[in-house]
Amino acid sequence: MNACWQCGSEQGESLFCKLCNALQRPTPDYYRFFGIPKKLAIDTGDLQRRFYEMSRILHPDRFLRRAPTEQQYSLEATSILNDGYRVLRDPVSRAEYILKEAGFDIGEQRSKNVPPELLEEVFELNMALEELRGGEEGVRPRLEEARRQFLSMRAEIDSEMERLFRKYDETGERAVLGEIRDLLNRRTYIRNLIVEVDKELGI
Amino acid sequence: MGGTFQIDFGHKKPRRVIGIDLGTTNSLAAVMEASAPKVIPGADGGKLVPSVVSISPGGEIAVGNPARELLLTQPERTVYSVKRLMGRGIADVEDELKLFPFRIAEGSESVIRLVVGEHILTPPEISALILRQLKKNAEAYLGEEIAQAVITVPAYFNDAQRQATKDAGRIAGLEVLRLVNEPTAAALAYGLDKRKEGIVAVYDLGGGTFDISILKLHEGIFEVLATNGDTHLGGDDIDNLLLRIALEDVASEWGQDVSGDHEAVQRLRRAVIQAKEELSFVPFTHIEVEYRGRHYRRRIDRELFDRLITPIVDRTLGPCRNAMLDAGVKPEDIDEVVLVGGSTRIPLVRSAVEKLFRARPHTELNPDEVVALGAAVQAAILSGDVEDKLLLDVTPLSLGIETMGGVVSKLIHRNSTIPASAAETFTTAVDGQRNVLIHVVQGERELAKDCRSLARFDLKDIEPLPAGMARIEVRFLIDANGILNVTARDLRTGKEQSVEVKPSYGLTEEQVEAMIVESFELAEADFKERQLREARVEADTILAAVDKARQSDAWFELSEQERASIDEEVNKLLLVYHAGDHLMIRNQIDALNQATLKLAEIMMNAAVRGALKGTKI
Repeated sequence: MNACWQCGSEQGESLFCKLCNALQRPTPDYYRFFGIPKKLAIDTGDLQRRFYEMSRILHPDRFLRRAPTEQQYSLEATSILNDGYRVLRDPVSRAEYILKEAGFDIGEQRSKNVPPELLEEVFELNMALEELRGGEEGVRPRLEEARRQFLSMRAEIDSEMERLFRKYDETGERAVLGEIRDLLNRRTYIRNLIVEVDKELGI
Repeated sequence: MGGTFQIDFGHKKPRRVIGIDLGTTNSLAAVMEASAPKVIPGADGGKLVPSVVSISPGGEIAVGNPARELLLTQPERTVYSVKRLMGRGIADVEDELKLFPFRIAEGSESVIRLVVGEHILTPPEISALILRQLKKNAEAYLGEEIAQAVITVPAYFNDAQRQATKDAGRIAGLEVLRLVNEPTAAALAYGLDKRKEGIVAVYDLGGGTFDISILKLHEGIFEVLATNGDTHLGGDDIDNLLLRIALEDVASEWGQDVSGDHEAVQRLRRAVIQAKEELSFVPFTHIEVEYRGRHYRRRIDRELFDRLITPIVDRTLGPCRNAMLDAGVKPEDIDEVVLVGGSTRIPLVRSAVEKLFRARPHTELNPDEVVALGAAVQAAILSGDVEDKLLLDVTPLSLGIETMGGVVSKLIHRNSTIPASAAETFTTAVDGQRNVLIHVVQGERELAKDCRSLARFDLKDIEPLPAGMARIEVRFLIDANGILNVTARDLRTGKEQSVEVKPSYGLTEEQVEAMIVESFELAEADFKERQLREARVEADTILAAVDKARQSDAWFELSEQERASIDEEVNKLLLVYHAGDHLMIRNQIDALNQATLKLAEIMMNAAVRGALKGTKI
């Protein structure tokens, strides 16, 4: 692909020039940067190992006595490394990254609509929250029960998501990404509910 | 074009990089010796340089212990705890101003300016004077010029406070290679990486700031998982609490409110600090002050002391819990706890920490020195002398931009490993719009007005297009120092887009440049004062010699005219003695020397004769 900025020799995907060892401009693609295949299901232990190894060689601390161009690339590379590690180690942000790249709209707005199958539960929950805010301590057990229910829903979503991850990795079907997107919206909605209940219960 | 395997200019030894802990109460420098970091002593042999600066009417600068003495007699030209004002706006420090005798100059809206005697200086300039002293101490100790340093900052310092610290370094003539968070530096100093894997909590309660950091160790990598803190909590708060009590006591016992009397307040402050420090080792002590023939003495025991400071100690526990929450660890996951900062000598603090983390804290290293030692280790990492360690730190506060309705859109979340970045695309709202203003804030609150305003970035010279057509990608990058860098690119043309930065609090590039120049002038004044003092010492010597000669036989061997001419030159010297010009004194010393040549000759001959005779003259 590109030529080395320093010695002009042809470069592949490697971080350093094979000929003169100069640090190259890093790719902004997290998967390519980490050198792992673009899959939704990844080995996070392997990701962490790569993160530590790459930190050791790319961190700006290691480039203070090198050329200014390399210092700049080291800063860029390390920020991609850190940003990428943060995004890829978490299944939700990892899926969002893939969805965004595939051109899906993953705005917050969609997740603000109540999923139809949850309408009744959400209505009940809001009533109970209102009562608690009004000083009605008796509703606490009901809220705690609701919280448990939402937590188990979230756990179900998470295992369903893992199943869809594997399905997409095998088939590469765009329709599966659509399913994942809807699942993520549902998950975000439930997560927000849990946050709200936690706040009111003082957890 | 140079190769990567760059030739080392063999004969030129790379210059040493020192580590500096620029503290609220004390500052100190350290350097990596053969295998371990070592604190650099000052000229007086002491390791701690009190963070106090005093400027004499002649412009002579005193830093450290000498300045601390002047705090009693010349409080109006002496400043301490200036770290509290670094990178802050006048509105943020209202509470400080009630408790600390800072004298704010007019025109302090965007940058605080302090009145120090005849000078008006910003907090970075005052900090620079402390840094310059440490630089001088290091140069004297190491016998080489020091031009580069690693400086530590509280982990919870925001962008403006970090930038102000970096500015202080530049004004002091130091290239700041890295700002390191104090708790992280402490972890480095402890060499905890010997235990390969583990979770460490660093609890840092200093003079003016509190930090808690949770780190994960992994084969020499110190990865900060989360940090939290309070940049307005420390030993100073305990001092102020005791001081208030002492002032009330004095008011009722002496029948006089001395809170407006600088000297009395400083003496009381010293007494309460001494009592506070003693109570870490003894069960009871006295706060005792003698002032203008009056006496104040109050017994204070540890039980009372503990009760008084419990609210302050409790204020540190919330941030500790939040840090553990953000790090995703429970108290039982913490393998080791490290204590940093002078205030962690207090037994109540120690027991609170032990109870919270369920681990006995490390106290082997001096809590006043451990941060500087760690800074020296980081300096050695940067210069390549230490290769098996690496710090991965985080940004303490979320970074966001103000959007419609004053709501903050978070771009980089708190506790993200740095360097970290985020990109956001902006467009125009009206046809032909040439500028877009972006307001960047730091903090966790939802509304921009509740967060800390960092800066306004003006995207300028946008190509005039119909509304919404321009596409400018702005990249926010927090570097390894925790400082924000912003770049912008026009996505249509791929061209670099110019960005003008207007910091909300802090100095512009031009102001820093000007201060670097001014600092040389101040150094010049310092130098002049020293020359003046030396000239006066020399004048004293010759005047004393002439006085002594008046009693000798030689004096009477001189002619009347010769004696008159000596008297005249003596009077002239006495006249210029108190003027502020060392050159005039030197010229007059020369004139007096000339006038006394014959006198000296006679005395010398008499001495020789006397010596030959074996008798004394």
